[in-house]
Amino acid sequence: MANRVITYSEAVREAIAQAMEADSNVFMLGEDIGIYGGAFGVSGDLYHRFGAERIRDTPISELGIVGAAVGAALVGMRPIVEIQFSDFTSQAMDQIVNQAAKIHFMLGGELSVPMVLRAPSGSGTGAAAQHSQSLETWFAHIPGLKVVLPSNPRDAKGLLLAAIDDPNPVIVLEHKLLYKTSGPVPEEPFRTPIGVADLVREGKDLVIVATGVMVSRSIAAADQLKEQGIKATIIDPRTLSPLDMSLINDAIAASGRVMLVQEAPKHVGFMAEVAARIAEGPALYSLLAPVKRICGMDIPIPYAPQLEKAAVPQIEDIIAGAVALMREP
Amino acid sequence: MVSITPLISPESGSLELDRSAALSALESMLTIRSFEEAVDGLFARGLMHGTMHLSIGQEASATGICVALKTTDYITSTHRGHGHCIAKGADLTRMMAELLAKQTGYCRGRGGSMHIADTKTRNLGANGIVAGGIPIAVGAALAQKMRNENNVVVSFFGDGATNEGAFHEALNLGAIWDLPVIFVCENNKYGMSNSTELSMRVDKVSDRASAYGIAGVTVDGNDVNEVYQAAVAAVQRARSGKGPTLIECETYRWKGHSKSDKNLYRTKEEIDQWKAKDPIIRFQEIILQNQLVTQTDVDALANQVRETIREAIKDASAAPDSDPAELLSSVYREVYNG
Ligand SMILES: Cc1ncc(C[n+]2csc(CCOP(=O)(O)OP(=O)(O)O)c2C)c(N)n1
Ligand SMILES: [Mg+2]
Repeated sequence: MANRVITYSEAVREAIAQAMEADSNVFMLGEDIGIYGGAFGVSGDLYHRFGAERIRDTPISELGIVGAAVGAALVGMRPIVEIQFSDFTSQAMDQIVNQAAKIHFMLGGELSVPMVLRAPSGSGTGAAAQHSQSLETWFAHIPGLKVVLPSNPRDAKGLLLAAIDDPNPVIVLEHKLLYKTSGPVPEEPFRTPIGVADLVREGKDLVIVATGVMVSRSIAAADQLKEQGIKATIIDPRTLSPLDMSLINDAIAASGRVMLVQEAPKHVGFMAEVAARIAEGPALYSLLAPVKRICGMDIPIPYAPQLEKAAVPQIEDIIAGAVALMREP
Repeated sequence: MVSITPLISPESGSLELDRSAALSALESMLTIRSFEEAVDGLFARGLMHGTMHLSIGQEASATGICVALKTTDYITSTHRGHGHCIAKGADLTRMMAELLAKQTGYCRGRGGSMHIADTKTRNLGANGIVAGGIPIAVGAALAQKMRNENNVVVSFFGDGATNEGAFHEALNLGAIWDLPVIFVCENNKYGMSNSTELSMRVDKVSDRASAYGIAGVTVDGNDVNEVYQAAVAAVQRARSGKGPTLIECETYRWKGHSKSDKNLYRTKEEIDQWKAKDPIIRFQEIILQNQLVTQTDVDALANQVRETIREAIKDASAAPDSDPAELLSSVYREVYNG
């Protein structure tokens, strides 16, 4: 049944359920994940299937619950924390950055923190500046954390199962606008390896590297670009840390043009790292035009729908960027 | 420009014995109710976007507290902040314009419901972060003390917020520095879906005050006069340098937590029981009984309030949409002018 189609949130839920069925050490904790079913409905009926002990509804205490997950992980459990909006990881940063990320290294490799932290990320819901950020670069900058951004239902399941297996803390940022999108997802438990990029489609003219919701926007843009005779390769790194550059480098060698698309603000964003790695590596010699970045504006996310749209790349911006890049000498 | 008639503190010391004070408190509560019902309607008709946290059923706590404040006193508010904002005297048209994503809104359409602030009425802002405003209130109170200003600062927050570290750290700071800050917990029994029974082992939120050596009191949050009395005592304590008070107002939100709430965690009976304790009807009955007002007064006030809200919606709707061309402005301040 490889072609079964389910939503992104169903895929996340299925991964959690399969992991919990397979291993009694796996449990979930977070705010309103019980009877309410999660702020975005991701935990859904898990509370009724697994009970309050393993689907732990917590008070509003992000630092406490992430810390509790770190502690439980240190002594053999496999906690999955849901932070209601990725913006609220800021409440829990000490446990994520100073504790979870560093314990294994700091203690000379003795203990480790096999914890998964999932959180909805990104803009597009009219929730304004404190509920709409794309904070992946914060986490990607911290050695010891792995960071994944599943961009479709299949990867949402596969990457989450891989994250649960992983003996390290893994931050999984799920885009809010993707939860209701659907796609084919295998029913059996399967793993999408962490640290391996995905070749979404191949085209000879330019390479688009995109993350999160920008992957589907890039696909939509590429469909329209095709009508104008421009054929784009699309690469979704999927994992930000550790970063797999091999696909990107190979694709640039083939077409000589690359456009990097992210929702987060441009300044010091994840794509700055990708651009730097391109500049440091063999791909630099194949470039026919400067690297182009299409990113969010360097502002907090505003509330008004027309402002919110203007603040982050839309399909038209990606198309315009690609056309401009093709016109470079 | 429309706001409620400024709240009047009763010379008698009771909102239930003084006609003009009673009418102003009633107007505040009716305006909050009417504003939020209108917002709920606009949302249902697809004319408002994002999400919305309504305080219908909780109008007495915002009102009772603000009656006890001077116009120069400060407040910090929450995601469920329309009531605080209105009771402190905000312009209803600018509030509505903000929710309608207009350039004339309090935040030029950048903030929406969760971020309205009003320098004129000294509302330091609603907040999208649960408990985010509590330490900020402590800081504002510290500034009052350091600059010998005689203002107090009220921080509104919910029961759920008292499980955040920010609440505990803020209470302790306010306590050790004897600050003129009043912590007002609007205990509506739930965070989003998590009940107080499940989220804390103390019986009352006000029990938490003793851990920090400050005064704590629980009042019927649907009784505007009882809230007012507690606020007066707390304000007096704060202004005379005797430090913070934690006031717990027991109340209930009638509507779901936000627009995505299916009310799975509570029963219809419970909601109905609390609707029977409607703070507005209760107060109306008392002041009618005490012959401070007539039914005609009450009806006229209700009509006037509805008309005011209609005007606010009309004026706000006619305003220009917020402008993407100026999105890069105000990320940083250019010039500091206090
Ligand atoms: C730090 C943080 N955690 C979680 C949330 C999501 N959230 C918004 S309101 C809310 C419930 C707050 O409960 P309470 O403090 O009791 O206020 P009420 O909504 O009942 O007025 C939650 C969990 C948030 N906005 N900020
Ligand atoms: Mg509450």
